[in-house]
Amino acid sequence: MKIGVLVKQVASGESPLRIDTSGKWVVEESIDFTTNESDSYALEEALQIIERSGGAGEVVVISMGPAERTPKIIREALAKGGHRAIHIQEEAPYETDPFMVASIFAEALKDESFDLILSGLQSDDLGSGQTGVILGELLGMSTATLVMGVELQKGKLRVKRELESGWFQWVTLPFPACITIQSGLNQPRYPSLKGIMGAKKKEIKSIAKSDVKGSGTPMQEFSRMYTHKAEKRTEMIEGSTDQIVDRMIDIFKKNIKVI
Amino acid sequence: MDILVILEGANGAIHRISKEAVAAAQALGKDLNQKVSVLVFGKNSDNLSKEAASFKVDEVLLVEDDNLKSYSADAYAETVKQIVEKESPKFVLTGYSYLVRDFFPKVSARLQKPLITDVTGYKVEGSKTLFTKQVLHGKLTVDIETKVDGPVLVGFQSAAYSLDNLEKGSAKIRTAVVTLYSAQLKTTSEEPFQEESGGVDLTSADKIVSIGRGIGKEENIPMINDLAAALKAEIGASRPIVDSGWLPNSHQVGSSGQSVTPNLYLALGISGAIQHVVGMKGSKNIVAINRDPDAPIFEVADYGVVGDILEIVPKLTEALKNQ
Repeated sequence: MKIGVLVKQVASGESPLRIDTSGKWVVEESIDFTTNESDSYALEEALQIIERSGGAGEVVVISMGPAERTPKIIREALAKGGHRAIHIQEEAPYETDPFMVASIFAEALKDESFDLILSGLQSDDLGSGQTGVILGELLGMSTATLVMGVELQKGKLRVKRELESGWFQWVTLPFPACITIQSGLNQPRYPSLKGIMGAKKKEIKSIAKSDVKGSGTPMQEFSRMYTHKAEKRTEMIEGSTDQIVDRMIDIFKKNIKVI
Repeated sequence: MDILVILEGANGAIHRISKEAVAAAQALGKDLNQKVSVLVFGKNSDNLSKEAASFKVDEVLLVEDDNLKSYSADAYAETVKQIVEKESPKFVLTGYSYLVRDFFPKVSARLQKPLITDVTGYKVEGSKTLFTKQVLHGKLTVDIETKVDGPVLVGFQSAAYSLDNLEKGSAKIRTAVVTLYSAQLKTTSEEPFQEESGGVDLTSADKIVSIGRGIGKEENIPMINDLAAALKAEIGASRPIVDSGWLPNSHQVGSSGQSVTPNLYLALGISGAIQHVVGMKGSKNIVAINRDPDAPIFEVADYGVVGDILEIVPKLTEALKNQ
Protein backbone atom coordinates (compact mmCIF):
# COMPACT_ATOMS: atom_id res chain seq x y z
CA MET A 1 0.00 0.00 0.00
CA LYS A 2 1.27 3.42 -0.93
CA ILE A 3 0.15 6.09 1.51
CA GLY A 4 0.61 9.86 1.34
CA VAL A 5 0.29 11.89 4.55
CA LEU A 6 -0.23 15.65 4.50
CA VAL A 7 1.39 17.42 7.45
CA LYS A 8 1.33 21.14 8.09
CA GLN A 9 3.46 23.33 10.26
CA VAL A 10 1.34 25.68 12.37
CA ALA A 11 1.81 28.16 15.19
CA SER A 12 1.61 26.35 18.53
CA GLY A 13 -1.31 27.20 20.79
CA GLU A 14 0.75 29.23 23.22
CA SER A 15 2.68 31.27 20.67
CA PRO A 16 2.35 35.03 21.13
CA LEU A 17 0.54 36.43 18.10
CA ARG A 18 0.99 39.92 16.69
CA ILE A 19 -0.64 41.04 13.45
CA ASP A 20 1.93 42.11 10.83
CA THR A 21 2.00 45.27 8.72
CA SER A 22 -0.04 43.67 5.93
CA GLY A 23 -2.92 43.37 8.42
CA LYS A 24 -3.62 39.91 7.02
CA TRP A 25 -1.18 37.61 8.81
CA VAL A 26 0.97 37.47 11.96
CA VAL A 27 4.59 38.33 12.71
CA GLU A 28 6.33 34.97 12.51
CA GLU A 29 9.60 35.72 14.35
CA SER A 30 8.16 35.15 17.82
CA ILE A 31 6.12 32.09 16.87
CA ASP A 32 6.93 28.56 17.95
CA PHE A 33 5.98 26.36 14.97
CA THR A 34 4.91 22.77 15.43
CA THR A 35 3.19 19.93 13.54
CA ASN A 36 -0.57 20.46 13.28
CA GLU A 37 -2.12 18.27 15.98
CA SER A 38 -4.52 16.13 13.92
CA ASP A 39 -1.78 15.65 11.27
CA SER A 40 0.34 13.88 13.92
CA TYR A 41 -2.50 11.41 14.42
CA ALA A 42 -2.81 11.00 10.62
CA LEU A 43 0.90 10.16 10.33
CA GLU A 44 0.66 7.65 13.18
CA GLU A 45 -2.35 5.98 11.54
CA ALA A 46 -0.48 5.72 8.23
CA LEU A 47 2.50 4.08 9.95
CA GLN A 48 0.18 1.66 11.78
CA ILE A 49 -1.70 0.75 8.58
CA ILE A 50 1.61 -0.25 6.98
CA GLU A 51 2.59 -2.21 10.10
CA ARG A 52 -0.79 -3.96 10.20
CA SER A 53 -0.44 -5.02 6.58
CA GLY A 54 2.87 -6.72 7.28
CA GLY A 55 5.21 -3.81 6.65
CA ALA A 56 4.82 -3.81 2.89
CA GLY A 57 4.33 -0.37 1.45
CA GLU A 58 5.44 3.18 1.73
CA VAL A 59 4.50 6.28 3.71
CA VAL A 60 5.28 9.51 1.86
CA VAL A 61 5.27 12.67 3.98
CA ILE A 62 3.96 15.73 2.12
CA SER A 63 4.10 19.32 3.34
CA MET A 64 3.72 22.80 1.90
CA GLY A 65 5.47 25.71 3.58
CA PRO A 66 8.52 27.98 3.57
CA ALA A 67 12.00 26.51 3.00
CA GLU A 68 13.37 27.94 6.27
CA ARG A 69 11.16 26.12 8.75
CA THR A 70 9.09 23.36 7.09
CA PRO A 71 11.94 20.79 6.82
CA LYS A 72 11.95 20.56 10.64
CA ILE A 73 8.54 18.87 10.79
CA ILE A 74 9.26 16.84 7.67
CA ARG A 75 12.44 15.41 9.30
CA GLU A 76 10.45 14.68 12.44
CA ALA A 77 7.85 12.73 10.42
CA LEU A 78 10.63 10.82 8.64
CA ALA A 79 12.24 10.08 12.00
CA LYS A 80 8.99 8.53 13.18
CA GLY A 81 8.98 6.19 10.20
CA GLY A 82 7.97 8.01 7.01
CA HIS A 83 9.92 6.60 4.06
CA ARG A 84 10.44 9.73 1.97
CA ALA A 85 9.02 13.23 1.63
CA ILE A 86 7.78 15.82 -0.82
CA HIS A 87 8.17 19.46 0.19
CA ILE A 88 6.27 22.08 -1.79
CA GLN A 89 8.15 25.27 -1.05
CA GLU A 90 6.03 28.33 -0.57
CA GLU A 91 7.07 31.83 0.39
CA ALA A 92 4.92 34.40 2.19
CA PRO A 93 2.24 35.57 1.62
CA TYR A 94 0.90 32.03 1.97
CA GLU A 95 -2.05 30.60 0.10
CA THR A 96 -5.17 30.78 2.26
CA ASP A 97 -7.76 29.57 -0.27
CA PRO A 98 -8.34 25.88 0.54
CA PHE A 99 -9.37 25.11 -3.05
CA MET A 100 -6.07 26.53 -4.33
CA VAL A 101 -4.09 24.62 -1.69
CA ALA A 102 -5.83 21.39 -2.68
CA SER A 103 -5.28 22.11 -6.39
CA ILE A 104 -1.55 22.58 -5.82
CA PHE A 105 -1.33 19.30 -3.90
CA ALA A 106 -3.40 17.54 -6.59
CA GLU A 107 -1.10 18.79 -9.34
CA ALA A 108 2.08 17.89 -7.43
CA LEU A 109 0.85 14.44 -6.36
CA LYS A 110 -1.14 13.18 -9.34
CA ASP A 111 1.71 11.02 -10.69
CA GLU A 112 2.30 9.35 -7.32
CA SER A 113 -0.93 7.30 -7.66
CA PHE A 114 -1.44 6.86 -3.92
CA ASP A 115 -3.79 4.13 -2.70
CA LEU A 116 -4.54 6.23 0.33
CA ILE A 117 -3.99 9.84 1.38
CA LEU A 118 -4.34 10.82 5.03
CA SER A 119 -4.38 14.26 6.61
CA GLY A 120 -5.61 15.86 9.79
CA LEU A 121 -9.21 17.00 9.66
CA GLN A 122 -8.25 20.66 9.81
CA SER A 123 -5.30 22.90 10.48
CA ASP A 124 -5.04 24.71 13.80
CA ASP A 125 -4.12 27.94 12.00
CA LEU A 126 -6.60 28.44 9.13
CA GLY A 127 -9.05 25.74 10.15
CA SER A 128 -10.74 25.38 6.75
CA GLY A 129 -11.17 21.63 7.09
CA GLN A 130 -11.54 21.25 3.33
CA THR A 131 -8.13 20.54 1.82
CA GLY A 132 -8.25 16.74 2.23
CA VAL A 133 -11.74 16.38 0.79
CA ILE A 134 -11.15 18.68 -2.18
CA LEU A 135 -7.81 16.97 -2.90
CA GLY A 136 -9.59 13.61 -2.91
CA GLU A 137 -12.23 14.95 -5.30
CA LEU A 138 -9.63 16.43 -7.66
CA LEU A 139 -7.72 13.13 -7.74
CA GLY A 140 -10.90 11.07 -8.23
CA MET A 141 -10.59 9.33 -4.85
CA SER A 142 -13.35 8.42 -2.41
CA THR A 143 -13.35 10.55 0.75
CA ALA A 144 -14.32 10.46 4.41
CA THR A 145 -13.68 12.94 7.22
CA LEU A 146 -13.39 13.07 11.02
CA VAL A 147 -12.14 9.49 11.04
CA MET A 148 -11.74 7.88 14.49
CA GLY A 149 -11.01 4.31 13.37
CA VAL A 150 -9.71 2.56 10.26
CA GLU A 151 -10.32 -1.06 9.23
CA LEU A 152 -8.66 -2.48 6.15
CA GLN A 153 -10.87 -4.86 4.21
CA LYS A 154 -10.30 -6.59 0.92
CA GLY A 155 -10.09 -3.83 -1.68
CA LYS A 156 -11.84 -1.33 0.55
CA LEU A 157 -11.70 0.63 3.74
CA ARG A 158 -14.20 0.79 6.60
CA VAL A 159 -13.84 3.92 8.73
CA LYS A 160 -15.55 5.14 11.87
CA ARG A 161 -16.66 8.76 11.46
CA GLU A 162 -17.28 11.01 14.41
CA LEU A 163 -20.60 12.83 14.59
CA GLU A 164 -21.58 15.26 17.36
CA SER A 165 -22.15 14.51 21.04
CA GLY A 166 -20.68 11.02 21.23
CA TRP A 167 -22.34 9.66 18.06
CA PHE A 168 -20.44 7.79 15.35
CA GLN A 169 -21.10 6.21 11.97
CA TRP A 170 -19.24 3.53 10.02
CA VAL A 171 -18.62 4.32 6.36
CA THR A 172 -17.20 1.96 3.75
CA LEU A 173 -15.25 3.37 0.82
CA PRO A 174 -13.22 1.93 -2.05
CA PHE A 175 -9.57 2.61 -2.84
CA PRO A 176 -8.07 4.95 -3.78
CA ALA A 177 -9.29 6.93 -0.80
CA CYS A 178 -8.48 10.23 0.84
CA ILE A 179 -9.50 10.46 4.49
CA THR A 180 -9.08 13.12 7.16
CA ILE A 181 -8.23 12.06 10.69
CA GLN A 182 -9.69 13.35 13.94
CA SER A 183 -7.37 13.76 16.93
CA GLY A 184 -7.44 10.97 19.48
CA LEU A 185 -7.76 7.81 17.38
CA ASN A 186 -4.30 6.52 18.31
CA GLN A 187 -1.24 7.42 20.39
CA PRO A 188 1.30 9.19 18.16
CA ARG A 189 4.78 7.73 18.68
CA TYR A 190 7.94 9.62 19.51
CA PRO A 191 10.87 9.36 17.13
CA SER A 192 13.56 6.94 18.29
CA LEU A 193 17.25 7.91 18.26
CA LYS A 194 17.76 5.40 15.45
CA GLY A 195 14.85 6.97 13.60
CA ILE A 196 16.32 10.45 13.99
CA MET A 197 19.69 9.30 12.64
CA GLY A 198 18.04 7.38 9.78
CA ALA A 199 15.87 10.34 8.79
CA LYS A 200 18.93 12.31 7.75
CA LYS A 201 19.50 9.93 4.86
CA LYS A 202 15.91 9.86 3.63
CA GLU A 203 14.92 11.64 0.44
CA ILE A 204 13.11 14.99 0.56
CA LYS A 205 12.01 16.08 -2.89
CA SER A 206 11.59 19.85 -3.03
CA ILE A 207 9.29 21.50 -5.52
CA ALA A 208 8.65 25.23 -5.83
CA LYS A 209 4.98 26.10 -5.54
CA SER A 210 5.35 28.49 -8.46
CA ASP A 211 6.35 25.53 -10.64
CA VAL A 212 3.27 23.53 -9.64
CA LYS A 213 0.58 26.15 -9.73
CA GLY A 214 -1.08 25.20 -12.98
CA SER A 215 -4.31 27.04 -13.41
CA GLY A 216 -6.76 29.13 -11.48
CA THR A 217 -6.66 32.09 -9.17
CA PRO A 218 -7.72 32.26 -5.52
CA MET A 219 -11.49 32.41 -5.04
CA GLN A 220 -11.26 33.69 -1.48
CA GLU A 221 -8.73 35.66 0.54
CA PHE A 222 -8.28 37.36 3.87
CA SER A 223 -9.47 40.94 3.71
CA ARG A 224 -8.20 41.78 7.20
CA MET A 225 -7.13 40.10 10.42
CA TYR A 226 -7.86 41.49 13.87
CA THR A 227 -8.27 40.70 17.55
CA HIS A 228 -11.90 40.06 18.37
CA LYS A 229 -13.72 41.85 21.10
CA ALA A 230 -14.58 39.96 24.24
CA GLU A 231 -18.18 38.77 24.38
CA LYS A 232 -18.40 39.66 28.04
CA ARG A 233 -16.84 42.07 30.47
CA THR A 234 -14.41 39.94 32.39
CA GLU A 235 -13.32 40.82 35.90
CA MET A 236 -9.64 39.93 36.05
CA ILE A 237 -8.55 38.76 39.50
CA GLU A 238 -5.01 39.81 40.32
CA GLY A 239 -2.58 39.68 43.22
CA SER A 240 -0.70 37.02 45.14
CA THR A 241 -1.96 33.42 45.06
CA ASP A 242 -3.54 33.92 48.51
CA GLN A 243 -5.28 37.11 47.38
CA ILE A 244 -6.55 35.38 44.24
CA VAL A 245 -7.91 32.46 46.26
CA ASP A 246 -9.61 34.82 48.76
CA ARG A 247 -11.27 36.73 45.95
CA MET A 248 -12.41 33.52 44.25
CA ILE A 249 -14.00 32.25 47.47
CA ASP A 250 -15.67 35.62 47.82
CA ILE A 251 -17.07 35.38 44.27
CA PHE A 252 -18.22 31.78 44.79
CA LYS A 253 -20.07 32.90 47.92
CA LYS A 254 -21.50 36.30 47.12
CA ASN A 255 -21.72 36.60 43.34
CA ILE A 256 -22.30 33.06 42.08
CA LYS A 257 -23.66 31.67 45.38
CA VAL A 258 -22.34 28.14 44.87
CA ILE A 259 -20.87 27.71 48.36
CA MET B 1 -32.69 32.39 -6.52
CA ASP B 2 -30.96 34.53 -3.90
CA ILE B 3 -30.02 32.62 -0.75
CA LEU B 4 -30.35 28.85 -0.43
CA VAL B 5 -30.00 27.10 2.94
CA ILE B 6 -29.16 23.39 2.92
CA LEU B 7 -31.02 21.65 5.74
CA GLU B 8 -29.93 18.48 7.49
CA GLY B 9 -32.25 16.01 9.15
CA ALA B 10 -31.38 14.53 12.53
CA ASN B 11 -33.67 11.94 14.14
CA GLY B 12 -36.68 12.94 12.06
CA ALA B 13 -36.40 16.69 12.69
CA ILE B 14 -34.29 19.49 11.27
CA HIS B 15 -30.87 19.65 12.94
CA ARG B 16 -30.50 22.56 15.38
CA ILE B 17 -27.41 23.85 13.56
CA SER B 18 -29.38 23.93 10.26
CA LYS B 19 -32.06 26.05 11.94
CA GLU B 20 -29.35 28.42 13.17
CA ALA B 21 -28.23 28.72 9.54
CA VAL B 22 -31.80 29.66 8.56
CA ALA B 23 -31.71 32.40 11.22
CA ALA B 24 -28.40 33.61 9.72
CA ALA B 25 -29.91 33.51 6.22
CA GLN B 26 -32.97 35.49 7.34
CA ALA B 27 -30.67 38.19 8.76
CA LEU B 28 -28.50 38.25 5.61
CA GLY B 29 -31.61 38.30 3.42
CA LYS B 30 -32.89 41.39 5.21
CA ASP B 31 -29.56 43.20 4.94
CA LEU B 32 -29.16 42.41 1.22
CA ASN B 33 -32.86 42.57 0.38
CA GLN B 34 -32.69 38.98 -0.87
CA LYS B 35 -35.11 36.07 -0.61
CA VAL B 36 -34.31 32.93 1.36
CA SER B 37 -35.11 29.42 0.11
CA VAL B 38 -34.32 26.17 1.87
CA LEU B 39 -33.48 22.71 0.53
CA VAL B 40 -34.64 19.49 2.17
CA PHE B 41 -33.53 16.19 0.67
CA GLY B 42 -33.71 12.52 1.55
CA LYS B 43 -36.30 9.76 1.35
CA ASN B 44 -39.69 10.08 3.05
CA SER B 45 -38.81 13.60 4.20
CA ASP B 46 -42.40 14.78 4.76
CA ASN B 47 -41.75 15.70 8.39
CA LEU B 48 -38.65 17.65 7.49
CA SER B 49 -40.25 19.57 4.64
CA LYS B 50 -43.28 20.42 6.81
CA GLU B 51 -41.00 21.70 9.56
CA ALA B 52 -39.03 23.69 6.98
CA ALA B 53 -42.26 25.20 5.65
CA SER B 54 -42.94 26.61 9.13
CA PHE B 55 -39.96 28.97 8.80
CA LYS B 56 -40.32 32.44 7.35
CA VAL B 57 -38.75 31.65 3.96
CA ASP B 58 -39.71 32.16 0.35
CA GLU B 59 -39.99 28.47 -0.50
CA VAL B 60 -38.97 24.97 0.46
CA LEU B 61 -37.32 22.81 -2.20
CA LEU B 62 -37.85 19.12 -1.63
CA VAL B 63 -35.79 16.38 -3.29
CA GLU B 64 -36.80 12.76 -2.71
CA ASP B 65 -34.60 9.99 -4.08
CA ASP B 66 -33.93 6.35 -3.20
CA ASN B 67 -30.20 7.06 -3.28
CA LEU B 68 -30.66 9.54 -0.41
CA LYS B 69 -32.18 6.99 1.96
CA SER B 70 -29.00 6.72 4.03
CA TYR B 71 -25.97 9.00 4.15
CA SER B 72 -23.64 8.97 1.18
CA ALA B 73 -21.13 11.80 0.78
CA ASP B 74 -21.27 11.46 -3.00
CA ALA B 75 -25.08 11.41 -3.22
CA TYR B 76 -25.45 14.36 -0.83
CA ALA B 77 -22.76 16.42 -2.61
CA GLU B 78 -24.17 15.63 -6.04
CA THR B 79 -27.71 16.57 -4.97
CA VAL B 80 -26.63 19.96 -3.66
CA LYS B 81 -24.41 20.53 -6.71
CA GLN B 82 -27.24 19.82 -9.19
CA ILE B 83 -29.75 21.98 -7.31
CA VAL B 84 -27.27 24.87 -7.13
CA GLU B 85 -26.55 24.58 -10.86
CA LYS B 86 -30.27 24.58 -11.65
CA GLU B 87 -31.34 27.34 -9.27
CA SER B 88 -28.24 29.60 -9.40
CA PRO B 89 -28.41 31.03 -5.87
CA LYS B 90 -25.99 33.80 -4.90
CA PHE B 91 -25.25 32.23 -1.51
CA VAL B 92 -25.50 28.62 -0.35
CA LEU B 93 -25.55 28.52 3.43
CA THR B 94 -25.57 25.61 5.84
CA GLY B 95 -24.93 24.77 9.48
CA TYR B 96 -21.45 23.23 9.60
CA SER B 97 -22.24 20.02 11.46
CA TYR B 98 -19.96 16.98 11.52
CA LEU B 99 -22.05 15.42 8.74
CA VAL B 100 -22.04 18.52 6.53
CA ARG B 101 -18.25 18.79 6.99
CA ASP B 102 -18.01 15.44 5.22
CA PHE B 103 -19.77 16.36 1.96
CA PHE B 104 -19.89 20.16 1.63
CA PRO B 105 -16.23 20.56 0.52
CA LYS B 106 -17.08 18.09 -2.28
CA VAL B 107 -19.73 20.54 -3.48
CA SER B 108 -17.08 23.27 -3.52
CA ALA B 109 -14.76 21.02 -5.54
CA ARG B 110 -17.45 19.98 -8.02
CA LEU B 111 -18.78 23.50 -8.58
CA GLN B 112 -15.32 25.11 -8.32
CA LYS B 113 -16.82 27.74 -6.06
CA PRO B 114 -15.41 29.02 -2.76
CA LEU B 115 -16.46 27.51 0.56
CA ILE B 116 -15.88 29.42 3.79
CA THR B 117 -16.23 27.27 6.89
CA ASP B 118 -16.92 27.67 10.61
CA VAL B 119 -18.23 31.15 9.93
CA THR B 120 -19.38 33.17 12.94
CA GLY B 121 -20.91 36.18 11.14
CA TYR B 122 -20.96 38.37 8.07
CA LYS B 123 -20.44 42.03 7.16
CA VAL B 124 -22.04 43.86 4.27
CA GLU B 125 -19.69 46.58 3.00
CA GLY B 126 -20.92 48.32 -0.16
CA SER B 127 -21.37 45.65 -2.80
CA LYS B 128 -19.25 43.14 -0.89
CA THR B 129 -20.37 40.59 1.68
CA LEU B 130 -17.49 39.46 3.89
CA PHE B 131 -17.64 36.38 6.10
CA THR B 132 -15.97 36.26 9.49
CA LYS B 133 -14.23 33.33 11.12
CA GLN B 134 -11.70 32.63 13.86
CA VAL B 135 -8.18 31.50 13.02
CA LEU B 136 -4.94 30.58 14.84
CA HIS B 137 -6.41 28.59 17.75
CA GLY B 138 -9.31 31.04 18.01
CA LYS B 139 -7.02 33.89 19.04
CA LEU B 140 -7.59 36.06 15.98
CA THR B 141 -10.42 36.77 13.57
CA VAL B 142 -10.41 37.27 9.81
CA ASP B 143 -12.91 38.77 7.42
CA ILE B 144 -12.86 36.75 4.22
CA GLU B 145 -13.68 38.19 0.84
CA THR B 146 -14.61 36.16 -2.22
CA LYS B 147 -13.41 36.80 -5.76
CA VAL B 148 -15.93 35.02 -7.96
CA ASP B 149 -19.29 35.51 -9.56
CA GLY B 150 -21.93 33.04 -8.64
CA PRO B 151 -22.54 31.09 -5.52
CA VAL B 152 -20.47 31.51 -2.39
CA LEU B 153 -20.73 28.48 -0.08
CA VAL B 154 -20.78 29.16 3.65
CA GLY B 155 -20.79 26.77 6.62
CA PHE B 156 -21.83 28.44 9.88
CA GLN B 157 -20.17 27.48 13.14
CA SER B 158 -22.48 25.88 15.69
CA ALA B 159 -24.15 28.48 17.96
CA ALA B 160 -23.01 31.40 15.76
CA TYR B 161 -26.67 32.42 15.42
CA SER B 162 -29.34 32.02 18.05
CA LEU B 163 -32.52 30.04 17.45
CA ASP B 164 -34.32 32.84 19.32
CA ASN B 165 -33.98 34.87 16.12
CA LEU B 166 -35.46 32.21 13.83
CA GLU B 167 -38.57 33.77 12.30
CA LYS B 168 -41.63 31.59 11.74
CA GLY B 169 -43.92 31.77 8.74
CA SER B 170 -45.61 29.59 6.20
CA ALA B 171 -43.78 28.66 3.00
CA LYS B 172 -44.85 26.68 -0.03
CA ILE B 173 -43.09 23.41 -0.87
CA ARG B 174 -41.75 22.82 -4.38
CA THR B 175 -40.57 19.40 -5.52
CA ALA B 176 -37.24 19.30 -7.36
CA VAL B 177 -35.51 16.42 -9.09
CA VAL B 178 -31.89 15.36 -9.31
CA THR B 179 -30.26 12.57 -11.29
CA LEU B 180 -28.14 10.25 -9.19
CA TYR B 181 -26.46 7.16 -10.64
CA SER B 182 -25.72 4.58 -7.98
CA ALA B 183 -22.46 3.68 -9.76
CA GLN B 184 -21.15 7.19 -8.99
CA LEU B 185 -21.82 6.83 -5.28
CA LYS B 186 -18.59 5.46 -3.89
CA THR B 187 -19.27 5.39 -0.17
CA THR B 188 -21.92 3.57 1.83
CA SER B 189 -22.77 4.23 5.45
CA GLU B 190 -24.20 2.29 8.37
CA GLU B 191 -26.68 3.53 10.99
CA PRO B 192 -25.25 6.13 13.38
CA PHE B 193 -24.69 4.83 16.92
CA GLN B 194 -23.86 6.31 20.30
CA GLU B 195 -20.84 5.15 22.21
CA GLU B 196 -20.42 4.96 25.96
CA SER B 197 -23.57 6.79 27.01
CA GLY B 198 -23.36 5.37 30.54
CA GLY B 199 -20.74 7.89 31.62
CA VAL B 200 -21.07 11.21 33.36
CA ASP B 201 -24.09 13.38 32.64
CA LEU B 202 -22.72 16.91 32.75
CA THR B 203 -25.80 18.46 31.15
CA SER B 204 -27.67 18.65 34.46
CA ALA B 205 -24.64 19.54 36.64
CA ASP B 206 -24.85 22.69 38.77
CA LYS B 207 -21.07 23.07 39.08
CA ILE B 208 -18.38 21.84 36.73
CA VAL B 209 -14.62 21.94 37.20
CA SER B 210 -13.21 21.49 33.71
CA ILE B 211 -9.61 20.85 32.74
CA GLY B 212 -7.57 21.38 29.59
CA ARG B 213 -4.06 20.97 28.30
CA GLY B 214 -2.74 23.45 30.89
CA ILE B 215 -3.03 20.75 33.55
CA GLY B 216 0.31 19.58 32.14
CA LYS B 217 0.35 15.88 33.01
CA GLU B 218 -1.87 13.03 34.11
CA GLU B 219 -0.30 13.02 37.59
CA ASN B 220 -2.03 16.35 38.28
CA ILE B 221 -5.54 14.90 37.89
CA PRO B 222 -5.90 13.86 41.60
CA MET B 223 -5.46 17.53 42.54
CA ILE B 224 -8.49 18.31 40.36
CA ASN B 225 -10.48 15.46 41.93
CA ASP B 226 -9.82 17.04 45.34
CA LEU B 227 -10.98 20.44 44.15
CA ALA B 228 -14.12 18.99 42.56
CA ALA B 229 -14.91 17.10 45.77
CA ALA B 230 -14.46 20.22 47.89
CA LEU B 231 -16.70 22.19 45.54
CA LYS B 232 -19.17 19.30 45.06
CA ALA B 233 -18.69 19.69 41.31
CA GLU B 234 -18.61 17.32 38.35
CA ILE B 235 -15.43 17.11 36.26
CA GLY B 236 -15.38 18.14 32.63
CA ALA B 237 -12.53 18.26 30.13
CA SER B 238 -11.51 19.66 26.78
CA ARG B 239 -10.67 17.36 23.92
CA PRO B 240 -6.87 17.00 24.40
CA ILE B 241 -7.40 15.53 27.90
CA VAL B 242 -9.73 12.86 26.53
CA ASP B 243 -7.49 12.24 23.50
CA SER B 244 -4.57 11.60 25.86
CA GLY B 245 -6.67 9.04 27.72
CA TRP B 246 -6.47 10.93 31.04
CA LEU B 247 -10.26 10.99 31.41
CA PRO B 248 -13.00 8.94 29.68
CA ASN B 249 -14.84 10.40 26.67
CA SER B 250 -17.96 11.03 28.71
CA HIS B 251 -16.23 13.94 30.46
CA GLN B 252 -15.69 15.87 27.24
CA VAL B 253 -17.35 19.26 26.85
CA GLY B 254 -17.70 20.82 23.41
CA SER B 255 -18.96 20.08 19.92
CA SER B 256 -17.75 16.45 20.05
CA GLY B 257 -18.91 16.03 23.64
CA GLN B 258 -21.62 17.44 25.86
CA SER B 259 -23.14 20.92 25.84
CA VAL B 260 -23.41 22.19 29.40
CA THR B 261 -25.11 25.09 31.18
CA PRO B 262 -24.08 24.88 34.86
CA ASN B 263 -24.33 27.69 37.37
CA LEU B 264 -20.52 27.61 37.70
CA TYR B 265 -18.06 26.51 35.02
CA LEU B 266 -14.52 26.66 36.36
CA ALA B 267 -12.18 26.32 33.36
CA LEU B 268 -8.66 25.30 34.38
CA GLY B 269 -5.91 25.45 31.77
CA ILE B 270 -8.44 25.47 28.92
CA SER B 271 -7.38 27.74 26.05
CA GLY B 272 -10.93 28.15 24.73
CA ALA B 273 -10.87 26.76 21.19
CA ILE B 274 -14.23 27.41 19.56
CA GLN B 275 -15.05 23.67 19.50
CA HIS B 276 -14.90 23.75 23.31
CA VAL B 277 -16.54 27.13 23.79
CA VAL B 278 -19.71 26.19 21.85
CA GLY B 279 -20.30 23.50 24.48
CA MET B 280 -19.96 25.70 27.56
CA LYS B 281 -20.65 29.33 26.71
CA GLY B 282 -24.23 28.95 27.93
CA SER B 283 -22.93 28.47 31.50
CA LYS B 284 -24.33 31.07 33.88
CA ASN B 285 -20.97 31.93 35.43
CA ILE B 286 -17.63 31.16 33.84
CA VAL B 287 -14.42 31.45 35.86
CA ALA B 288 -11.20 30.78 33.94
CA ILE B 289 -7.63 30.27 35.09
CA ASN B 290 -4.96 30.16 32.42
CA ARG B 291 -1.33 31.24 32.30
CA ASP B 292 -1.71 32.66 28.76
CA PRO B 293 -3.26 36.14 29.03
CA ASP B 294 -4.27 35.93 25.35
CA ALA B 295 -6.16 32.64 25.76
CA PRO B 296 -9.57 33.04 24.06
CA ILE B 297 -11.30 31.49 27.10
CA PHE B 298 -11.05 34.92 28.77
CA GLU B 299 -13.36 36.34 26.11
CA VAL B 300 -16.27 34.29 27.38
CA ALA B 301 -15.27 34.31 31.07
CA ASP B 302 -17.04 36.40 33.72
CA TYR B 303 -14.00 36.15 36.00
CA GLY B 304 -10.45 35.50 34.87
CA VAL B 305 -7.14 34.70 36.53
CA VAL B 306 -3.85 34.79 34.65
CA GLY B 307 -1.84 32.32 36.67
CA ASP B 308 -0.57 28.83 37.31
CA ILE B 309 -3.34 26.35 38.12
CA LEU B 310 -0.89 24.05 39.87
CA GLU B 311 -0.20 26.80 42.38
CA ILE B 312 -3.76 28.10 42.78
CA VAL B 313 -5.79 24.87 42.81
CA PRO B 314 -4.36 23.28 46.03
CA LYS B 315 -4.83 26.53 47.94
CA LEU B 316 -8.32 26.97 46.56
CA THR B 317 -9.21 23.42 47.63
CA GLU B 318 -7.91 24.11 51.15
CA ALA B 319 -9.88 27.35 51.35
CA LEU B 320 -13.06 25.58 50.20
CA LYS B 321 -12.62 22.89 52.84
CA ASN B 322 -12.42 25.59 55.50
CA GLN B 323 -15.71 27.17 54.52
